[in-house]
Amino acid sequence: MNLNQLTARQLQKKLDAKEIKPQEIISSLKQRLAESEEKVRAYVSGADFSSIPDEGLPVAIKDNICTKGLNTQCCSKILKDFKPPYDATVIKKIKEAGLSVQSAKTNMDEFAFGSSTENSFFGATHNPWDIERVPGGSSGGSAAAVAADEAIWALGSDTGGSIRQPASFCGVVGLKPTYGRVSRYGLIAFASSLDQIGPITKDVADSAWLAKIISGHDIQDATAVDIPVPDYTKALVKDVKGIKIGVPEEYFVEGLDEEVKEHILQAIELLKKLGATVKKVKLPHTQYALPVYYIIATAEASSNLARFDGVEYGFRTDSKGQSLIDMYEETRGEGFGSEAKRRIILGTYVLSHGYYEAYYLRAQKVRTLIKNDFDAVFKEFDCILTPTSPTPAFKIGEKAANPLNMYLSDIYTIPANLAGIPAISLPCGLTKKRLPVGLQILTKAFDEETLFRIAYTYEQNTSWHLEKPKL
Amino acid sequence: MSYECVIGLEVHAQLNTRTKAFCGCAVEFGKEPNSLTCPVCLGLPGSLPVLNQTAFEYAVKVALALGCQVQKNTKFDRKNYFYPDLPKNYQISQYDLPLSLKGSLEIESADKMKKIGITRVHLEEDAGKLIHLDDASLVDYNRAGTPLLEIVSEPDISSPLEAYDYLTVLKAILQYLGVSDCDMEKGTLRCDANISLRKTGVKTLGAKVELKNMNSFKAVKDALEYEIGRQTDLLSENKGIIQETRLWDAKKLATFSMRTKEEASDYRYFPEPDLPLFTIEDSLIEKIKGSLPELPREKSARFVKEYGLTEREVKLVIQDKDLADYFEACCKLYPKAKIINNWLIGAVSAEMNSRKLEIATLRLSAASLIELIKLVEDGSVSNLVAKDVLKEMLDSGKPAVSIIKEKGLAQISDTSQLEKIAGDVIKENGRSVQDFLAGKENALMFLVGQVMRKSGGKANPKVVQEILRGRLKNV
Repeated sequence: MNLNQLTARQLQKKLDAKEIKPQEIISSLKQRLAESEEKVRAYVSGADFSSIPDEGLPVAIKDNICTKGLNTQCCSKILKDFKPPYDATVIKKIKEAGLSVQSAKTNMDEFAFGSSTENSFFGATHNPWDIERVPGGSSGGSAAAVAADEAIWALGSDTGGSIRQPASFCGVVGLKPTYGRVSRYGLIAFASSLDQIGPITKDVADSAWLAKIISGHDIQDATAVDIPVPDYTKALVKDVKGIKIGVPEEYFVEGLDEEVKEHILQAIELLKKLGATVKKVKLPHTQYALPVYYIIATAEASSNLARFDGVEYGFRTDSKGQSLIDMYEETRGEGFGSEAKRRIILGTYVLSHGYYEAYYLRAQKVRTLIKNDFDAVFKEFDCILTPTSPTPAFKIGEKAANPLNMYLSDIYTIPANLAGIPAISLPCGLTKKRLPVGLQILTKAFDEETLFRIAYTYEQNTSWHLEKPKL
Repeated sequence: MSYECVIGLEVHAQLNTRTKAFCGCAVEFGKEPNSLTCPVCLGLPGSLPVLNQTAFEYAVKVALALGCQVQKNTKFDRKNYFYPDLPKNYQISQYDLPLSLKGSLEIESADKMKKIGITRVHLEEDAGKLIHLDDASLVDYNRAGTPLLEIVSEPDISSPLEAYDYLTVLKAILQYLGVSDCDMEKGTLRCDANISLRKTGVKTLGAKVELKNMNSFKAVKDALEYEIGRQTDLLSENKGIIQETRLWDAKKLATFSMRTKEEASDYRYFPEPDLPLFTIEDSLIEKIKGSLPELPREKSARFVKEYGLTEREVKLVIQDKDLADYFEACCKLYPKAKIINNWLIGAVSAEMNSRKLEIATLRLSAASLIELIKLVEDGSVSNLVAKDVLKEMLDSGKPAVSIIKEKGLAQISDTSQLEKIAGDVIKENGRSVQDFLAGKENALMFLVGQVMRKSGGKANPKVVQEILRGRLKNV
């Protein structure tokens, strides 16, 4: 195997044993990029791959996480060539841990608005398993880069499934930590009450390692909770005896692909065999998660994106309008893509006078009910097991014309963001067309250890994570 | 038909914390534009606000001093609107759960005590400043993110004078607490006014007009007076009042329409997701309560008791905490409170006003003022001349004694010198002498004045009077 195909832990062992030099990892990545990047397009176009640093294990970074002096554009025209004057907290932590940050950022849906990475100003990313298909989104670039061995590991962000759904589509491991576990300082906000940064990796052990590095309290983020971070790598225990798993009925309904369902049921059977107990549970407010999400997320997004106005930084229209309003309208009209505009309009609408109570306030109340559903289940169960996405990767262009259809792709991942709980997606099968299927595990808030333990046990008893796309 | 006006004031006071409300940038005036900024107060993508604990405690302090109920749970909200001085295009403010509600402020207006209700006191962030050139507009974000306190009064104010008095008392309280510089010209204190008129005796409120752009307490009073006139005229012609926002033009001394209700923005308030809802512990409230300084009303009561002055006498000195402290420092050196008070509200205040200085910047130590006052009291210098001596002290920084000596300003109590001048005056003013002898006591004062004039103000008026009476008895 080439070095670029190994996991971060495997590479670190070789580095520690002085079997290899960091530069060899870099050359191996560069070689791979030369072979496959033209097909995959995991990185923001025009990125210069020669600038991968020479020391420390490199981490690929999603284009919405601020890296000092390096392009951070959220794959939007409106932030074209924006170079933040500061590093996000996670970037600082990565550097402090002796890892290095890749200068080329990974592709994403503009401002993380999407489930397919088709909404990027720089063009779509292709799924390494089938380049006619989407890699999922919005962290599709990070997931595709890891799946195609164009990156050792990567950071993504997850607001409604943006780490887990692409991880599922690309056959890699994606973790959305508990809300407040990882600092959001330097993550360009989509929906502040839902956003979390998390790792996208080749296996569960790498996920635990990178999660441990990026987690923790931050005085620059009032929502980053001051709770000690356990050593997640110690949670990598191959044992699920006595673990109580709940399987929610509401997730196995119409719209769930038969092959996906089959693989999830097999995964459940395996865990049973390994000593876990499995029971059906109810999350009765699941059906409201999608509408609630699209009210809260768009409301916050409409406000978060207001700052992109051409005044201070980023793109400004060339047109010489008459007034300040002209400059705002033309800059934003030209700078935002259509999905961004759709969400800004929707979010502005739900916050408007006379609609606030009916939409935003009510959505917040239902959000509490959804959270209560999970709290009730976790009183009895250690985790919840579901498919990550109702289908495997779909074709590029297939859902682009129908936003609602696209939104349904995140129907199983959104509830975790609304409830603020951690969730992981890991490979649990390949369809007949050799498309990866993802298994989602959810636990109560700040119980990432149980999440890693169950995921690790499943992974170590299967070989899905070792499958590679034939690019 | 007579009308009464209903006024409510919305005051914004910048808090004088060391750093900004949600980041660590310094709060300072007059620095190079955009030098006191960071990713947070510039609203750069990815940056997040973190609440300045001191700003929060200052806000609680003010709330408690105004008798407000500090709320157990409070949160911040986003007020969304586009403007280039607002880097995020939303302002972090407080909407439906402000940190305090329901207080009051007692004012003395036209010799009557009146309680003005305080609706709420909340914390928010200030915007930057726009500088308009002929062909461009520039923006300075140094001020962006400065903690701002919004103090909203109930519509309990019923005259422009009351509005003026309310602002005066409020400013004094903020200064006593040491939380704001309260300088309307610098913009550290700003005031908008809501005013409506109704027929006397009617209970319902008329259409409300919001007045902005007043940059002094007097401007607030003037704008309200103008507005009462304008609205009264309209109403007497049976014309309606349009609910709108009007700007005060200090040059034209008039208000002009800025926007009507239909054009008003929808701020789309919603809870700020970057700052979690937080609980104010009782222990913190108790701690802040315990740290409140003596406030103007308490100080006034104490001055009345300790120094034997009336409430009205101490009113002016009380309004300015530094001046009140100065008064006490003077009283320690020379226990004649009434004389000191007269000096402070008279000659010293006149100098402060004409020089546009505060007591602290006037460079007049309590000791040197007392030295001057003592010279007046022991007859060494006349009251009239002493005012000039004070001017000279402030101009040159020299002590009173040397100024008097150098300029020969000592009071003349020497009878032989004064006898001579009095003789001349009697000779030259036969008419007044006749008047006096005919029983007109006022004529004597005229003669005293003439002697004073001839002596260059240096004559001791008491001695002059005695001499004149003596001489005129013998005429």
